[in-house]
Amino acid sequence: MNKLKRQFLAGPYLVWIIGFILLPIIMILYYALTNQTGEATLSNILAIGTPIHSKALFLSLKLAFLCTAICLVLSYPLAMILSNIRKKHQNLIVFIFILPMWMNFMLRILAWKMLLSNNGVINSVLETLGIPPLDILNTPTAVVFCMVYDFLPFMILPIYNSMARIGKDIIEAAKDLGAGSVTIFFKIILPLTISGVVSGIIMVFVPALTSFAISDLLGGGKVLLIGNVIEQAFMQEYNWNLGSGLSIVLMVFVIASMALMSAHDKEGGGAGVW
Amino acid sequence: MKKRIAALFATLFAVCLFTGCQNSGSDENTLTVLNYGKYLDPKAIEMFEEETGIQVEYEEYITPENMYTKYKAGSIDYDLICTSDYMIEKLINEGETLEINFDGFSNLSNLDTTYFEFSKAFDPENKYTIPYFFGTVGILYNKNMVDEADMQSWDCLWNEKYKGQIIMADSVRDSFMAALKYKGYSLNTTEEAQLLEAQEILIQQKPLVYSYLVDEAQDEMIGENAALALVYSGEAGYAIELNENLGYCVPKEGSNMWIDSWFLPKTCKHQENAEKFLDFLCRKEIAAMNFEYVYYATPNKTLVESLEEDLQNNTTIFPPKEVLDRCEILKSLDEAATAKYNELWKEIKSTD
Repeated sequence: MNKLKRQFLAGPYLVWIIGFILLPIIMILYYALTNQTGEATLSNILAIGTPIHSKALFLSLKLAFLCTAICLVLSYPLAMILSNIRKKHQNLIVFIFILPMWMNFMLRILAWKMLLSNNGVINSVLETLGIPPLDILNTPTAVVFCMVYDFLPFMILPIYNSMARIGKDIIEAAKDLGAGSVTIFFKIILPLTISGVVSGIIMVFVPALTSFAISDLLGGGKVLLIGNVIEQAFMQEYNWNLGSGLSIVLMVFVIASMALMSAHDKEGGGAGVW
Repeated sequence: MKKRIAALFATLFAVCLFTGCQNSGSDENTLTVLNYGKYLDPKAIEMFEEETGIQVEYEEYITPENMYTKYKAGSIDYDLICTSDYMIEKLINEGETLEINFDGFSNLSNLDTTYFEFSKAFDPENKYTIPYFFGTVGILYNKNMVDEADMQSWDCLWNEKYKGQIIMADSVRDSFMAALKYKGYSLNTTEEAQLLEAQEILIQQKPLVYSYLVDEAQDEMIGENAALALVYSGEAGYAIELNENLGYCVPKEGSNMWIDSWFLPKTCKHQENAEKFLDFLCRKEIAAMNFEYVYYATPNKTLVESLEEDLQNNTTIFPPKEVLDRCEILKSLDEAATAKYNELWKEIKSTD
């Protein structure tokens, strides 16, 4: 009886998994492997080889790498500084970093679009100061900038969490034994925070690779990422088959990057927020 | 066994989930309408409901392509849809439309027959559609930022003077229209050589373009973030209302004339109600309400004649005959041509 009850409790999750995860994936697979008349074909997946699609994929990879690297470079020192100040202040600063996430991310992108536009706030200020205007809207620079802005908290939090877990006594013991700060960093802090770094990289790289809204709004239609190509295939060309085929390719890249990263994450599980 | 029951439940639930929005039946006195966003005064619907007792379910969409996807998904049986010329042609060709029975109409004579003539481009026998609003595609410009004389030709979109100040349409057909017309070709051409030529100049143009936009173009122009933009006359009229520095012009080489019309899709279950609604929309007072609300050119000649002189002569809203004479209506392309256009467009978008 108890067992039955427990199974009923699991029901909603089962429905969720089937309805929103399994069914969509099966549909994507079906569309990807058939053409518009319903015949089996591999051409939708092989379409990634055409110059336009592979170029879009490489640009996506490039921007995602760049975004992840910038986030990492900004977050790691910040997490170190954070973990060294007083606990009360730590919470406040972490809170400040999470604060923008209270707002919908589309709204924040739109806000940046307004700020960066030809007549926007930033350029008006620059003009008054006699500095030449900033022409980064509608370029890949603006896209990377906004990706970093949007995804930075996802890098900071896991690194900070793993750093906060390092006991002060371990560091003190190392110092007692005569280790310098460089040795402490490379022998203790870095190995103990690597799982946080790995989670952070995955959580920034994956959404950056698949994003299309940021490049749509801040790229002014001039930055064509693989996400945009897929969106166009679905919404403009009614070619669901091509869109699904390219999605599968993108999924392979996402899974590969996650597998690669978690292979390096020996601790397993990581110190992420997920 | 229990596992199987759970799986059964899950499947049932999922099935219900995906078909949940099916209309319950055709016996009720209702009417399901699908229209562009902000394209009908909500008060008109209330009045129609009060007058006839028909319950109207009203839904909106953004682009004809969205409409097509929504309609084709088939989860709702629409009775009446309003959309643009080339999309209607596509649906007529696919056999998705029903003939309208004009016998019961009492206000049809309010509409100018000229526009039924224009409609023959996509509905050759005027069997399936009733025109609702129409307009042109042209250039919305900021008088303080450009030389107005330049705007008379599509050449302005390729003018180095306006580098970084030009907004192009983020839509295949509209952008190709400008390039094809500039080169003196038909906007419905499927000849590869002409398309390649158009593609080449669109690629050349890319460094001059500030951004490729659709709906946001008017906002950028109102905010004076760019000097000129390729837009629909309706959007131009709206933008000029909000910023008097703006002007609109249809270049001399000719352009695209568009007509948005109503049609009955095959899913129509309440044809009589739909026809009553169409007749209601043709009434002068109702057409006036919708005109006030949308501010696009209306084919309702009884209404146009009663408008103030100034408004009648507003060439942004009401394109003069000589402008319409140099315009063409977009035709629906066959699958091969559509694929060609899309491919060329994607190449343009992916060049640096």
